[in-house]
Amino acid sequence: MNMAVNELALQKKAIKLVDRRKLWNRYKSQKSLFFMIIPCMIITFLFSYWPLTGWIMAFQNFRPNKGYLKSTFVGFEQFKFLFQDHIFWQDFRNTLVMSVLNLIFGFVFAIGFALLLNEIRSLGFKRITQTASYLPHFLSWVIVCSLISNILSTYDGTLNNLLMWLGLIDKPVLWLGEQNYFWWIVAFSNVWKEMGWNSIIYIAAMSAIDPQLYESCEIDGGNRYHKIWHITLPGIRPTIIVLLIMNIGWIMNAGFEIQYLLGRGLVMDVSETIDIFVLKYGITLGNYSLATASGMLKSVISIVLIAVTNYISGRMDEESVF
Amino acid sequence: MTQIALRKNRIKLEPVIFYSVNTIIMVLVMVVMIYPFWNTIAVSFNNSQDTLRGGITFFPRQFSLYNYETVFKNQLLVIASINSVLRTVISTVLGVFTSAMVGYVLSRPEFLWRKFVTRFFLLTMYVSAGLIPQYFLIRNLHMIGSFSVYIIPGLISAFNIIVVRAYMQTLPSSLVEAAEIDGAGHFRIFMQIMLPVCKPVLATIALWCAVGAWNSWFDTFIYCFGKDNLTTLQYEMMKMISASMSSGTNKSADAIYGNMIVTDSVTPVSIRAAVTIVASVPILVVYPFLQKYFVNGVMIGAVKG
Repeated sequence: MNMAVNELALQKKAIKLVDRRKLWNRYKSQKSLFFMIIPCMIITFLFSYWPLTGWIMAFQNFRPNKGYLKSTFVGFEQFKFLFQDHIFWQDFRNTLVMSVLNLIFGFVFAIGFALLLNEIRSLGFKRITQTASYLPHFLSWVIVCSLISNILSTYDGTLNNLLMWLGLIDKPVLWLGEQNYFWWIVAFSNVWKEMGWNSIIYIAAMSAIDPQLYESCEIDGGNRYHKIWHITLPGIRPTIIVLLIMNIGWIMNAGFEIQYLLGRGLVMDVSETIDIFVLKYGITLGNYSLATASGMLKSVISIVLIAVTNYISGRMDEESVF
Repeated sequence: MTQIALRKNRIKLEPVIFYSVNTIIMVLVMVVMIYPFWNTIAVSFNNSQDTLRGGITFFPRQFSLYNYETVFKNQLLVIASINSVLRTVISTVLGVFTSAMVGYVLSRPEFLWRKFVTRFFLLTMYVSAGLIPQYFLIRNLHMIGSFSVYIIPGLISAFNIIVVRAYMQTLPSSLVEAAEIDGAGHFRIFMQIMLPVCKPVLATIALWCAVGAWNSWFDTFIYCFGKDNLTTLQYEMMKMISASMSSGTNKSADAIYGNMIVTDSVTPVSIRAAVTIVASVPILVVYPFLQKYFVNGVMIGAVKG
């Protein structure tokens, strides 16, 4: 009896040993795979994960010469200050408003452009239009801002010239110096830059729609608009919904460059985003703790939003990343 | 009778109207997309004093290469161009290589840490510590004011890795199995089989890396502030815009042009136009040829990302 139990235990031990040996062998056979990936993981860890330890600054009165360890801890003081600061709330509002405008305009124009382009019969013309529409996507924001400020210039700017020629205005408008216009300028600049690029995915989704559906619609007496409304749009609806949900996750990122480059002087109150707030307090004024706190707040909201939206879109179609 | 004729007419007329309107809209889109850039080209080739008179639209009125001459004679802009080219080439080569390598490892179904490592890279797309912690990391690594700050921090992109991995997973597994039977190791399979086979997707990623590196100015602004030997074209461009924005109108020169050889015959507007063209031409020359690749890349990225 005892012997049998012993034997069983021994057998189990042997099996375990063999398993471990097997696992070890598998690791050994994959030596080169680990060799290829571990350096990349170290770099990623260092530049993407290690900086998270810097969030400790948000709970301190951080002084660079004292370092993380010797700076005094102040608990949630920085956040308290932040919540009472009306500039922060103003920047928070600006971020959200510009983001939502970008989102709505971005979607409407990209989908509209894709629908119209889809109706073009000549392949050559379609291709040329599409290539032209990508062009601004590849230009940097710096260059785009330079072009925009030229177009909107009061002195010989194209938009002012055009409107004056049409008789809509009597004298040039200072587009970039008026608070009312700034959000719209940002929204339309984004449309200009990304419309063609964002439409790629819709055009691809449209080309995947079964042509038989169009034929049967035609037999039922449907015209072009029926086809667009009842076949094309429903055909790309899954794409639209997934992209919309994913973009809502990025709502805290209203962009930084155009607001920073074009939002000077008079329009500062409506142009500053949280990213600019961080830059101003952190790098320019040297209040690292406050800047980190606001950056951290933004990151945390962002991460939660992305996690939620990613979960929702993952439930909706099974191709979520996690 | 007349009604039937009318209806017939309408049926014939409708497509004609639709196609005409649609074509006009598309032509307008093209004009709106290209005109600002086209106009800048015209201004950059126009005599700068003449430009001040206004009214340059599609073509230069008084052709002149003097603006470009001034740009290329300016020491700072020459250094900036060299740095921009260098950082673009180096980060594209390294970025494509590392993305492909990580993508290859993660596409191997037998890789033991596959799930964990995939998530490890994916999470970086969503989690970001923010500017200030990043700044202190770079500072503690003594990378401020060194060229490496242009290359190393952005070296590994999770998005590119996912795109490469997705492409590799569509390849037939017999490709790798045959090589394994022949006794080739993973590194050799990667270098000699995977890299050549994945050319289309690598072209896409190369384009993205190159555009990203060429277009960035913020790292110069934050990490290499005031280091003239590390300046980049986009950063110089940004300084010019800042100057023209804070001075209100495009006409007035600013302190920034002190180091530009400002003479009577060169104005900030013309110089800015010329630099804009210099800073965007390399990308504009390349992207139409890579179109078919990046359209596929976008699809893979959208489905998987």
